[in-house]
Amino acid sequence: MTSHRLPAPSGTCLDRSADVSFEFNGRTLQGFAGDTLASALLANGVGLVGRSFKLHRPRGIFSCGIEEPTGLVDLGEGAARSVNVRATLVELQQNLRAVSVNCWPSVSFDVGAISGAFSALLPAGFYYKTFKWPSWHLFEPAIRRMAGLGRAASEPDPDRYEEIAADADVLVIGGGPAGLAAAVSAAQAGAATLLLTSGSKFGGSESWRAASPGAAVPGDAPPVSELIASAGRLGVRLLNRTLAFGVYDHNLVCARESLHPLGGARAGDRGVLRERLWKIRARSIIVAAGAFERPMIFPGNDRPAVMLAGAALKYAHAFGVAPGHRVVIAANSDSAYRVAESLCGAGVNVTALIDRRAAADIAASVSGGAAKLRVIRDAGIVKVSGSRAVRSCTIGGAAGAGARYEHLDCDAILSAGGHAPAVHLHSQAGGKLRWLSESAMFVPDGAARGLASVGACAGVFAREAALDHAARVGAALARGLACPEAAVGGAGRSLAATHLPNVSGKQFVDLQNDVTLSDVRLAAQENYRSVEHLKRYTTTGMGTDQGKTSNINALVLMGEYTGREPAEVGTTKFRPPFAPVTLGLIAGRRTGALYRPLKRLPDESWHRARGALFEQFGNWRRPAAYPLPGESLEDAAQREALAVRQSAGLLDGSPLGKLEVFGADAALFLDLMYLGTMSTLPIGQARYGILLNENGIVVDDGIVARLGEQHYWINTTSAGVERTAAAFEEWLQCEYTNLKVLITPVTSRWANVTVAGPKAWEWLAAAGFDSLLAPLSMPHMTLRGARLDGVPLRVLRASFSGELGYEINVPAEHAGDVLARLWAHAERFAAVPYGIEALEILRTEKGFIHIGTDTDGTTLPGDIGLARGVDRKRANFVGRRSLLRPAARDPSRFQLVSLSPADGRTRLPVGGQIAAAPPPTQTEGHVTSSYMSPELRAPVALGMLSRGFQRVGERVQVHHLGATIEAVVAQGPFIDPKGERLRG
Amino acid sequence: MMQIPCIRCGARDEHEFICGGTSHIARPALEQDDVVWGEYLFFRDNPKGRHLERWRHVYGCGLWFNLVRDTVTHEVLAVYAITAAPPP
Repeated sequence: MTSHRLPAPSGTCLDRSADVSFEFNGRTLQGFAGDTLASALLANGVGLVGRSFKLHRPRGIFSCGIEEPTGLVDLGEGAARSVNVRATLVELQQNLRAVSVNCWPSVSFDVGAISGAFSALLPAGFYYKTFKWPSWHLFEPAIRRMAGLGRAASEPDPDRYEEIAADADVLVIGGGPAGLAAAVSAAQAGAATLLLTSGSKFGGSESWRAASPGAAVPGDAPPVSELIASAGRLGVRLLNRTLAFGVYDHNLVCARESLHPLGGARAGDRGVLRERLWKIRARSIIVAAGAFERPMIFPGNDRPAVMLAGAALKYAHAFGVAPGHRVVIAANSDSAYRVAESLCGAGVNVTALIDRRAAADIAASVSGGAAKLRVIRDAGIVKVSGSRAVRSCTIGGAAGAGARYEHLDCDAILSAGGHAPAVHLHSQAGGKLRWLSESAMFVPDGAARGLASVGACAGVFAREAALDHAARVGAALARGLACPEAAVGGAGRSLAATHLPNVSGKQFVDLQNDVTLSDVRLAAQENYRSVEHLKRYTTTGMGTDQGKTSNINALVLMGEYTGREPAEVGTTKFRPPFAPVTLGLIAGRRTGALYRPLKRLPDESWHRARGALFEQFGNWRRPAAYPLPGESLEDAAQREALAVRQSAGLLDGSPLGKLEVFGADAALFLDLMYLGTMSTLPIGQARYGILLNENGIVVDDGIVARLGEQHYWINTTSAGVERTAAAFEEWLQCEYTNLKVLITPVTSRWANVTVAGPKAWEWLAAAGFDSLLAPLSMPHMTLRGARLDGVPLRVLRASFSGELGYEINVPAEHAGDVLARLWAHAERFAAVPYGIEALEILRTEKGFIHIGTDTDGTTLPGDIGLARGVDRKRANFVGRRSLLRPAARDPSRFQLVSLSPADGRTRLPVGGQIAAAPPPTQTEGHVTSSYMSPELRAPVALGMLSRGFQRVGERVQVHHLGATIEAVVAQGPFIDPKGERLRG
Repeated sequence: MMQIPCIRCGARDEHEFICGGTSHIARPALEQDDVVWGEYLFFRDNPKGRHLERWRHVYGCGLWFNLVRDTVTHEVLAVYAITAAPPP
């Protein structure tokens, strides 16, 4: 390929005095400030940029913008590596390093090119038909390795991403002439206006065309420079390098502002603010997104040096790059003639224009332009010679069935198949489309809800008409009036189909995914006729470019093969994002420690000082245990549990859910909510309560204590407190609206220091706690108010460990005082801090359930032995009706049992299935909790077993991962069955 | 992401709320048979168009209220108190 740099004055975006060096595939090249990576590569004559996805065919730069399907590179190294970046959008920087994708060992010599030889075996949908015998799994790893293009970074992203919310009366997306006109007009009408452009400059194509020789001169409407100045004066908020990628419900637009495209992790950089996500809520949205060019379909249309005509124009004027020395244009639109003229004016040697259309379809006003331009009508390209470059092409007549017509010597072919308005955002907003058959394009069929289109994306291609319409739309929407209709037109006539019939050779529809014309025909033959099936069966439009240069051609072809008009075939559903968006942008700050913020204990430092090993329990960071130096977690838990049974231990129970329930109807309300009866609870006493959902399933448990006639203190599970409070609120606000009840969650207001063990009271007394808390004056399951150094306490005598236990509730800011006070006397009683692992051992030994571990989404109260309360209770309660259904009374239901290994040694695995024979078989239950008991020096377990209550003493088999363990259904609880230690 | 008009707080982003599903569902009496109870628990209509539903401003003021929303266009047609009758 002989693309090359043109001399000044072409290249209006360049600063020719500022050289920039960069690397491509290890080779150092030179460009100018203002170049993109694509323009610099073309200027250096680099035509071969990558290899195609499936067939590894050589590919080059195809476009000059966001629609680029083949000019993809990976940028940078290490943590800053960016993948599948479109070279057309990369602003060239000093020392930029880029490499080709999808090729090995190099883009010039690619081993993967061998798949091109097997292309007949790799048509659309090949993986549904081949690579199946003997098993797909044999081939899957190799095929997966071949999938994808670039290679992603494997280190964490060091850069930062932000999110910002904004409001606007009118949001204009697109900074070209039409967008500017709409924004200026809206601002003039008094609207708070925000204007976004994805590029670095406002003005669209007029920003780079104006100063170039041979460029078209705008008519009477104001030039963009004037519009930009007006916008500034009127206070329009301008955001450049900001791409709007999605329109969401209620006029929410998400846009990506690109601050540091290459990231910060170059030599020595610590990471920068790389991108900013804008979430913009606008009263009205105006889209001025322009139009994409449609490629021509002909054999060999994927070769490097085949490029879109409009792109070649921009390369010539904006970047001073010519696509080749002998350029031909394959055309299907009137605009191709203006492009040819303009290119000649910029010094590009355009030798021929091959128009697919017959003379009758070409506008009379379109002339041959420059004298050197040869125009051939009613013809198309039938062959391209060359594989990594174009050497020549062969032209055939449109009517002739492949009759060779003429050889044309050329080294670049420009594709001008017509235009496709960018209707993506309009469609995302629910807008409808209609097919304009004379220009072969879809245009918006009226405005969408809250979103109007102006300019080329609305189908208005004539400059004066576009600016006039845009201004009227801006003014109307600013005032909340109806949107004026667009005067669609100005694109000239184009044929829907751009290919010649009866021509052989690979003709590409989707350049990124290697989808050819014959693939579309195959889909039609196999009855994948719907446009959505066409897309997924052939993968056309499914690459990183999302079919911006292929979708229209594909659906036109499908229409041809199935006898339908393009409008009948329709488009696939448009979904955000409009262009690839990084995960970093979406994640924003919610990474690392902020991904899932954990709740911490009130005085975490005290626990750290005692050697706590913290783990995550639900949303909380809690000590699993307090291992001594050299002790394993398992051993620490055993030691702590034994200490609680023999002397005393201290657990931080602050995460335990706490609610205060007030009101004249509090008692009545709690009777409605709970399985048990709470209205009969005397003041100062406590009761274990179970909460059901309306299906009768056990969802939470906890101790309910009465503080006063109209005042209750509720404990819930630590994970369930928010859910429980929300459920109470729902009942009160939506159903029992006449009850006078207030619910206040106080989990973080009160810390909970739990002291348990036979020496618990002695320890508390030594530490100075009030004697009214002594076991003789304070029975089990009672609650007393007390004070320690003037700090109020609510002390509940309750126990999850099965030993004498006190839950000391203290205002959270005084947790440290209580811990310090107790700890000063701990040694005398051989007291230890204990963590969650020890707690689990203790409660399992006692047969106390853990909601969500021993119960699941099918567990009814009867299954855990709490059916007695149901029949006795007179009041209605949540879940009552569901307990009466047949499934709830099925005698073979799983019931909570205690389990021991028959050999007294082997720990039963949690999740082990209980069945008469090894799997596959019907299960009779499973093991839910299992620990080694330090006091018994034997394993203890709980499980759910069909008809378990009647099977105490029975031998059962526990199956797990191929092993079978004999177990016995034990009479629980394993320790202190009469509860004497609890009540002493 | 929709904007939900809380009665107390005004229009706020959807993620401050939870949706409580279809509104105005009467709980059958205890005496009703299992089929009626089962339908109450598990069966809901899924209308295309106007839908009466409950929302709670859980990450705001905590209020439960009713909304009339078009399930196709997401247009919010009316807001009214949780105990009030739906607008005509």
